[in-house]
Amino acid sequence: MTASPANPTKVRGETILSVDNLVKHFPITQGVLFQRQIGAVKAVDGVSFELRRGETLGVVGESGCGKSTLARLLMRLETPTSGRATLEGKDLFKASGGELRRLRRNMQMVMQDPYTSLNPRMTVGDIIGEPFEIHPDAAPKGSKAKRVQELLDLVGLNPEHINRYPHQFSGGQRQRIGIARALALKPEVIVCDEPVSALDVSIQAQVINLLKQLQGELGLSYIFIAHDLSVVRHIADRVAVMYLGRIVEIGTEDEIYERATHPYTQALLSAVPVPDPEARDQRNMIRLVGDVPSPADPPSGCHFRTRCWKAQDICATEDPKTVPRAADPHPSACHFAELRPATPA
Amino acid sequence: MTVNPTPASATPEGGHLLELRDLHVEFRTNEGVARVINGVSYHLDAGETLAVLGESGSGKSVTAQAIMGILDTPPAFVRSGQILYQGEDLLTRSEEQRRQVRGKEIAMIFQDALSALNPVFPVGWQIGETLRQRAGMSRADARRRAVELMDLVKIPGAAKRIGDYPHQFSGGMRQRVMIAMALALDPKVLIADEPTTALDVTVQAQIMDLLADLRRELNMAMILITHDLGVVAGVADRIAVMYAGRIVEHADVRSLYKAPAHPYTKGLLESIPRLDVRGQELSTIKGLPPNLMRIPSGCPFHPRCPYVQQVCVDEVPHDLVLGDGRTSACHFAQEVRDDSVAS
Repeated sequence: MTASPANPTKVRGETILSVDNLVKHFPITQGVLFQRQIGAVKAVDGVSFELRRGETLGVVGESGCGKSTLARLLMRLETPTSGRATLEGKDLFKASGGELRRLRRNMQMVMQDPYTSLNPRMTVGDIIGEPFEIHPDAAPKGSKAKRVQELLDLVGLNPEHINRYPHQFSGGQRQRIGIARALALKPEVIVCDEPVSALDVSIQAQVINLLKQLQGELGLSYIFIAHDLSVVRHIADRVAVMYLGRIVEIGTEDEIYERATHPYTQALLSAVPVPDPEARDQRNMIRLVGDVPSPADPPSGCHFRTRCWKAQDICATEDPKTVPRAADPHPSACHFAELRPATPA
Repeated sequence: MTVNPTPASATPEGGHLLELRDLHVEFRTNEGVARVINGVSYHLDAGETLAVLGESGSGKSVTAQAIMGILDTPPAFVRSGQILYQGEDLLTRSEEQRRQVRGKEIAMIFQDALSALNPVFPVGWQIGETLRQRAGMSRADARRRAVELMDLVKIPGAAKRIGDYPHQFSGGMRQRVMIAMALALDPKVLIADEPTTALDVTVQAQIMDLLADLRRELNMAMILITHDLGVVAGVADRIAVMYAGRIVEHADVRSLYKAPAHPYTKGLLESIPRLDVRGQELSTIKGLPPNLMRIPSGCPFHPRCPYVQQVCVDEVPHDLVLGDGRTSACHFAQEVRDDSVAS
């Protein structure tokens, strides 16, 4: 395939997706007939970022931090409580009907679990070709099978396997099918929600390499959601760290991995298991105590203060903004942002 | 199979706390016979930690289930081999005798604590159940001991939380409850099957620390089953790497990491994304793990191996002893190790 970025006027590096103060609160209700709202799970609580053309934005955080809800919001699988997002200047949440369909075509998703995200009763050809039924103009009549075979070839599967069923493939191969499906409509943005966390290490590396290679060939922009920081470092240009529905630190791969200033990012980095026994001996681990608080009842002020070793009175009263800090010019949401050698030398 | 018992396991009789000798397990299914374990031998001494590393389908969990005597039979059958605990073969014992060993001598914790715990009983009751059933304790005594055990695994406010149900605990705390249950009868061997896989990194570190502390305090021997070398590198004394139902390499953690002597281990280590290395092409192991119903001839790794020669297709490699208690089941173990040192 020689699919280059379709339009030469589209410049690499310009903003393609812009998210502004996105909020999603899931109501908690009580009562059967007259359901009263007694609270809300603040899954995403004011998230802003920009995605540039051709780049990968990694989103990392522990379970319950809202990273998957963020993905579902961007795909419009959930309706946001408030906030705005624009894809190439068009409002993602105001669009409806034909306009929404066109927008969705430009933004596709790869799911986490390659076992449940493919319909077991459909052949691979039907799964990858299904987008063409919703968008008939994407593949001219009669060319569907050929296009599906091109896609199979592109993701490194045998094009002759078009009539096989998902169960005839291994986990890594199924994830390739999921990627081919996401690529079918030639989108510019792909949201990958934990695309490799269900795979074995040796297979995981194959899929990461495939995603990088496709990005180079097709000029794709990725939002790459993962809990594994080592994986994210391999693929991301910029990284956003989420904690309890908020981005607490965002910056280039280098800024986050080498010059993190937020205590949570530092703790997260120091907890990543390192296989090298000698590097383990040298590094200085931060042991966080306790668990992530419930997003239904987050702590006042800085959400991280209940587990933070730097917490002072101000952390409980004043909510730190995600803004550039004196310690390093990338945005970090900590009153006491400072550098620390976080990764082993 | 024509695999000889490994020369490395030729140690004096009864010398080890737990010893597996040439264990073979197969799954007899409608589609055919899957040979899941093909001659596994390893040993464990008191107070020692052995990590069993492997990818899905390598047989690492089935080996543990065979030791515990909790294989699903059918379809799983132990075809041959011995599981010696304190010199006695568990496989020749009756079900009732094995039940006495289970929990009291060898206990196990599982990966997914939420599905391993019963959702309709309080955790204190579940921890105490073992004590009432097996140690004959009264309800009050069992309850008291359950609080002690919850304290031991560092669940904050144990006395207050003993009446809580599993869903009221976080993932990390649930895993602690599981560990408390496993420790109830003071076992000499603890088998932990992917104990932290379902947990976040910060919590994962807490659980691994806890297991390391407990092992030291209680002088238990531990078998840690995992797919992630990073998780066990700080805790394990020795590592056994499994592939297609065999142990392909066996070494202490440092030597293994520094100079893997089996091409599979080498490929596996190289494909782990590292936190301290910036985005570059990850090296991969080509191809897929074998179908256990049609294991390749000779060395089961040969279709994926960069060192492959004709001998690998024809002959099953024996465990090559490399000194320092290291073995590698590869015809070219020496070369692979030298390459690893060089690179």
